[in-house]
Amino acid sequence: MEEIYDVIIVGSGPAGLTAGLYTSRANLKTLIIGGEKWGGQLMLTTLVENYPGFPEGIQGPELMQRMRDQTERHGAKFLQADITGIDFSKKPFVANVGQNVYLGKAIILSTGAKTKWLELPAEQRLIGRGVSSCAPCDAPFFKGKKVVVVGGGDSAMEEALVLAKFTPEVTIVHRKNSFRASQIMQDRVKNNPAIKIIFNTEVTDVLGTDKVTGIKIKNSQTNQEQEMAIDGLFVAIGHIPVTELFASDIHVDEKGYVVSRRHEPQNLLDKTDIPITQRYHSMTSIEGVFSAGDIHDYHYRQAVTAAGYGCEAALDVERWLTEEK
Amino acid sequence: MATVHLTSSDFDAQIKSGMAFVDFWAEWCGPCKMAGPIIDQLSEEYAGKVLIAKLDVDKFPDLAQRYNCLSIPTVILFKDGVEIGRQVGFAGKAGYLDLLKKAGL
Repeated sequence: MEEIYDVIIVGSGPAGLTAGLYTSRANLKTLIIGGEKWGGQLMLTTLVENYPGFPEGIQGPELMQRMRDQTERHGAKFLQADITGIDFSKKPFVANVGQNVYLGKAIILSTGAKTKWLELPAEQRLIGRGVSSCAPCDAPFFKGKKVVVVGGGDSAMEEALVLAKFTPEVTIVHRKNSFRASQIMQDRVKNNPAIKIIFNTEVTDVLGTDKVTGIKIKNSQTNQEQEMAIDGLFVAIGHIPVTELFASDIHVDEKGYVVSRRHEPQNLLDKTDIPITQRYHSMTSIEGVFSAGDIHDYHYRQAVTAAGYGCEAALDVERWLTEEK
Repeated sequence: MATVHLTSSDFDAQIKSGMAFVDFWAEWCGPCKMAGPIIDQLSEEYAGKVLIAKLDVDKFPDLAQRYNCLSIPTVILFKDGVEIGRQVGFAGKAGYLDLLKKAGL
């Protein structure tokens, strides 16, 4: 007979690990199925300056290692393996990791989001050969080379700033006429002599056989297309939620984000006499299944908000387990 | 068998015959740190069958350049010195096992 966990947390970014910290401190038997690539998006960053408590900033991977250590120290079991399926129809819920089966009374889904690519024909073939989504990982390969960053948010700004430490020829290409990045990041980019900006322009093709040699860009106002010789293309146009595995069971929106009761209260109320929405904000369309972090949040998407949502889901689980008995 | 650390001077000789699985990595690369322990496990599991090796791209950028390796971690699988497979980015142990399985190992 398999052990029954009070809660199984899927994912190990700031949301999942914070949830695990709270549930294990609440004496709930906690299993975190953290993924082989554990730690989430912060594992692909360098200095994180906006996570409170680290006045000098902290390296993203180090922050995640500390969160993991803290969570494990309080008794959560961490499984560094990929989840392969969840049966939501059983009680307790059944989570599969390959041949192994884990049972959980409650589940917190916190699988986060992954890189959105441009979906250009040559793009996937040239990943690792000049196409990248991780400047902190790959920038040192582009010392003195010509690189383009695509995107207009904070992550595009960060990619450009990281690259500018290695090469004076960084160009940000953005399809709109202004950035949506935070003002401080925009200012840093605009004040950096190594970074040029091209607005109102889309990347329409990636060129190169064995490695990137250039891109095609198209101005959306003049419709003029031109080639640009470059060595590296860094894609930072956003993320998509990682919900494929449960999208057929859990209510997700048209973009794949999990809909929790904090979003759509009236549709998901299954007990008309009890205002569940006010009690379990993080519960998904299946009772006992909760969500936290970028998997449902397309608005804030910060490490600290993800951690906050993780805490929220953990407190909801704790209360639900007590009240529903 | 421990993971072999290759250099520019012994690289060609080491991969010249048989199967070689080379992890291109660097100290500053976060995902490489996740891959490290798995590469070490593989070097135990595949001892005698495949040369499991690492190459520090900071120390030997010439070799990274030769194979157009512009992202790490990248693992390249060689047979008798010729590339027969490549895994870009850390894809977990399963990703590495897939690469080896596709080569019939």
